[in-house]
Amino acid sequence: MTLELRNVTKLAGADTHIHETNLVLATTGFNVLLGATNAGKTTLIKMMAGLERPSSGEIWFNGKNVTGVSAQKRNVSLVHQFFVNYANMNVFENIASPLRVARRSKQEIERRVGETAALLRLTPMLGRHPSELSGGQQQRTALARAIIKDSVLVLLDEPLANLDYKLREELRDELPRLFEDRGTIVVYATSEPSEALLLGGHTATLFEGRITQFGETAVAYRAPQDLVTAQVFSDPPINAAKVSKRGGEVIMNGDVRWPAEGVIAEAPDGEYTVGVRPHYVTPQRQSAAAVTLDGEILVTELSGSESVAHFSLAGKIWVAQSHGVQPYQVGEIHKFFVDVSRCLYFGADGALVAA
Amino acid sequence: MNKTQNQRAWLFVAPVLALVAFNALIPLMTVVNYSVQETFGNNIFFWQGVGWFEDLLRSDRFQAALARQLVFTAIILTIEIPLGVAIALTMPRKGPWVSVCLVLMALPLLIPWNVVGAMWNIFALPEVGLLGKAINSLGIDYNMTRQPMAAWFTVILMDVWHWTSLVVLLAYAGLIAIPDAYYQAAKIDGAKPWAVFRHIQLPKMKQVLTIAILLRFIDSFMIYTEVFVLTGGGPGNSTTFLSIDLVKVALGQFDLGPAAAMSLIYFIMTLLASWVFYTVMTRNDAR
Repeated sequence: MTLELRNVTKLAGADTHIHETNLVLATTGFNVLLGATNAGKTTLIKMMAGLERPSSGEIWFNGKNVTGVSAQKRNVSLVHQFFVNYANMNVFENIASPLRVARRSKQEIERRVGETAALLRLTPMLGRHPSELSGGQQQRTALARAIIKDSVLVLLDEPLANLDYKLREELRDELPRLFEDRGTIVVYATSEPSEALLLGGHTATLFEGRITQFGETAVAYRAPQDLVTAQVFSDPPINAAKVSKRGGEVIMNGDVRWPAEGVIAEAPDGEYTVGVRPHYVTPQRQSAAAVTLDGEILVTELSGSESVAHFSLAGKIWVAQSHGVQPYQVGEIHKFFVDVSRCLYFGADGALVAA
Repeated sequence: MNKTQNQRAWLFVAPVLALVAFNALIPLMTVVNYSVQETFGNNIFFWQGVGWFEDLLRSDRFQAALARQLVFTAIILTIEIPLGVAIALTMPRKGPWVSVCLVLMALPLLIPWNVVGAMWNIFALPEVGLLGKAINSLGIDYNMTRQPMAAWFTVILMDVWHWTSLVVLLAYAGLIAIPDAYYQAAKIDGAKPWAVFRHIQLPKMKQVLTIAILLRFIDSFMIYTEVFVLTGGGPGNSTTFLSIDLVKVALGQFDLGPAAAMSLIYFIMTLLASWVFYTVMTRNDAR
């Protein structure tokens, strides 16, 4: 079971919403589309659903070209960021609606709605109308409608974005379980890197209408192919700074130096961009291979379990993320330590310097 | 117990009290006063009790006007509400044509009511009016000043032309408030256009349609100006609706007592019907 996008593009007037895209999605695990707002996640999802036609290219489903096939005939499910349910029907009728359209027997409808409602813990709510449900229950109803249809392609477009934090966590844990062993291709769009990591599976990082990388989620996180992917797949944003490599040394801002080790050691001398995830920039020395930065603290965010400091260094803003509550003072010069063994190096073309 | 007395509060309420008094209470009570008395002029009044009310409710003339009124309002509602919704459904939801359509729709609502009557009067003239001449040239004998059926036809056509726009605009407002996500969800569910209308558009339009029905009911029930200018209630009494009859009694014959009684009955009927409509239509939301 695969969904394939072959050279798909989407133009709107003079704007390119999706640049030429090739993608093969399978049933193993979630397929996460990760990107900021306007990166093209929803456009891709609409084309996968058949709600919009690609401007060029083809969409193949299970070895068949479905490019011109409308959404009604594609057997797909879609769950939106907004809680979309039929307001005049109760939860039972809402969940049953895809089966009613498919003209299933009364017994089958009752049995399957019962099962699906139990799966989503909606059984006590079956008689209520959507307006009488909490946001989480409304979105569960929408999910139940998507699940009961038994479609081969389930598209989830930021389904948790409008839920409050607790509900989001709860439903996010449930989601992989709901679609386990169903043989469905699940596409999940999100703007949060942490959500992609929690859901696992495969991730496609999207930036300005381009898929910058597609592969196993953990791999895409650990070894982003280029700087843009690393930026998309990092929250707080990844620190990036220009460095030069001279002989066995990496030099930043003229005075910060560290020995070139690992992949960068074999790379030719020249200009590179170093990328350091914020949790490798810490106020305490974490490893022997740490380089010291003196930064002026601009903004601090304390969440209790972790502290985030934005500091300026040679005109650039850096972000440091560490455990616990740190005694940061805005305006002070603070020492930060960078674990250089965790640095990613990108060449002039933005590509990762790899072994 | 220490209670502060502050009479100044009355000062703040006074303007509103005066406004409501002169605007609503005093005129209404004057009408109530007239409705229970008989006068022969010279400001001499005789106590009549509920006599006028009894006479009126029994009178053939009033019952006939009421029947005409009910038939008229029923016809108006059954034409204008579905027609308005249908037009709203065909209007574009985005693009440059939206404003064109909205202006076209708003035009009839901007014309003064007596002008509407005068326009249609000329429009329907059998010799020179576009409508009258056209119908007659089709071989149909049409003259609204002589034939009650023709008069009804013209009055209803005029009201539909004048007021369907209001329903269209209200229904349209309800329609454009529906997010695209609902249509997409319906598409993905494989819903047919009728199902989309029945389960998405109609429920979302319910609130505005309630208002539309209520407004059209009240307005058509009180219709006066357009019909007065168009037919003057004729031919005969065939288009004499309640308010036309009321004015004939009150000003034409200067029967203040019966006219006042009639006003009150009329007022209570409108109020009652509006309340019933509203309660029935919002019943489901109260759950």
